[in-house]
Amino acid sequence: MSMIHSKASISMLALMAALLGAGASPALGAASEDDFKAAYAAAVDANKQAAQLRDQWTVTATALAGAKKAADAGDFDKAVAESKEAEALAKASVFQATSEKDAWKAMEIH
Amino acid sequence: MASTIRVRATATGDTTEVQALIQHPMDSGFVKDAQGQLIPPHFIQQLTFECNGKAVFVADWGTAVSKDPYVKFSFKGGNKGDDLKISWVDNKGASDTTTAKIS
Amino acid sequence: MNVRSAIHLVSLGLALAFAAAQPAAAADTIDPAVDAKAFQKYFTDKFPKVKLEDFVNGPYSMNEDMHRQWEEKEEFPPYEFSLDMGKEMFAKPFKNGKSYADCFANGGIGVRQNYPYFDEKEGKVITLELALNRCREANGEPPFSYVKDEMAALTAYMAFTSRGKPFDIKIPNDPRALEAFETGKQYFYTRRGQLNFSCASCHVQNPGERIRAEILAPALGILNAMPIYRSEWGGMGTISRRFTTCNVQTRSVPLDPQSDEYRDLEYYLSYVSNGLPISGPGARP
Repeated sequence: MSMIHSKASISMLALMAALLGAGASPALGAASEDDFKAAYAAAVDANKQAAQLRDQWTVTATALAGAKKAADAGDFDKAVAESKEAEALAKASVFQATSEKDAWKAMEIH
Repeated sequence: MASTIRVRATATGDTTEVQALIQHPMDSGFVKDAQGQLIPPHFIQQLTFECNGKAVFVADWGTAVSKDPYVKFSFKGGNKGDDLKISWVDNKGASDTTTAKIS
Repeated sequence: MNVRSAIHLVSLGLALAFAAAQPAAAADTIDPAVDAKAFQKYFTDKFPKVKLEDFVNGPYSMNEDMHRQWEEKEEFPPYEFSLDMGKEMFAKPFKNGKSYADCFANGGIGVRQNYPYFDEKEGKVITLELALNRCREANGEPPFSYVKDEMAALTAYMAFTSRGKPFDIKIPNDPRALEAFETGKQYFYTRRGQLNFSCASCHVQNPGERIRAEILAPALGILNAMPIYRSEWGGMGTISRRFTTCNVQTRSVPLDPQSDEYRDLEYYLSYVSNGLPISGPGARP
């Protein structure tokens, strides 16, 4: 992987920090079934966007399945965590598909 | 139904080189199918090459040999036109045999 | 979200930043001939000791030791059983009395190098696998799965009858055909999956290098040996099978076999290998 100039590094680090921060869930009361349903729906929605862009990730599907499994077993804390993971993965895949619309040209043999 | 054994044997001087490709699933018994069920072991247990009635290569195989095995070996003796008989028996009692001429 | 996903996003960002630093290419006109020339030159420059026609042997052309193994393998190829099955299948008539030969020019013998082609009536790319299933359906037979043994055996036989013939893919002067070529090209270079690889990541940037225990094949000539008997699969596999499994390996959900993108991708990859001989069916590790 080639090195990038520092200006891009800093903005990427900022992005990374934001993403990591976004994942931090409050460790207060246990998650409810409604919390799970909301988180799951958000993940499914993001994954649908990825499907439209023809770039779904297999790991997103795995996380969604894991979330459902945990919810079926009544472990809503885990179900919510997995749903959020799935949503993040789905969003990353959407980001990938969108940026690749132009970025692909960098790889092309000329 | 065509034979499961393809063979080519060439004599050069006093050495005969034999190559054989055998069609067989060689299931180890450790692999699961799409439904999650174990596919039962189904593999060649003994493979024999005989030249003019005398065994020149005998293999006792187990589950470590993979699908459609390819065998290559050389043996002393054997002349152009001699008969080379190949036969195998698997763990289900099935077998196949074929005879080729050394060229 | 966890660190791993964040890191992947960062690498995406890096790729984007890198792309932004490149001068914008004047890509208003689609010129397949120019693309093909550049494509072939890239690989012949990168591997000056490899003859142009040898690129069709994929990893075996990249490595001395592997080349010796390939020569031995060719004496007794593992695809023989599938090839024989394909020959029988091809000759067997359908229930209505017709056969595959009725669907193809020259009875389907020695025509593989002309696929895929652009169907101007339909406005889409037609691959050999697609043509075979359409032939079946037109004659009242159920289609075969694109990723299983039957389709692999049929295409193996058809490829075999074209052995040695150079790829001769045509792109008519039709904006839709040019668009299909461009879509295929774009697919080839687009990163996908959690691992953020494009086809080019392995087959343009790293041919001859290892990915785990495998040696990567160059993209030039990569379809010439298809379908292939892969030791990894313990059997014969079609182009559709390879496209879908490659997707899964980058952790990308594969599209349906013979989706437009895959057809266009096959069109692009075949065209840029024009002139290289059909060597199918092939054998790979």
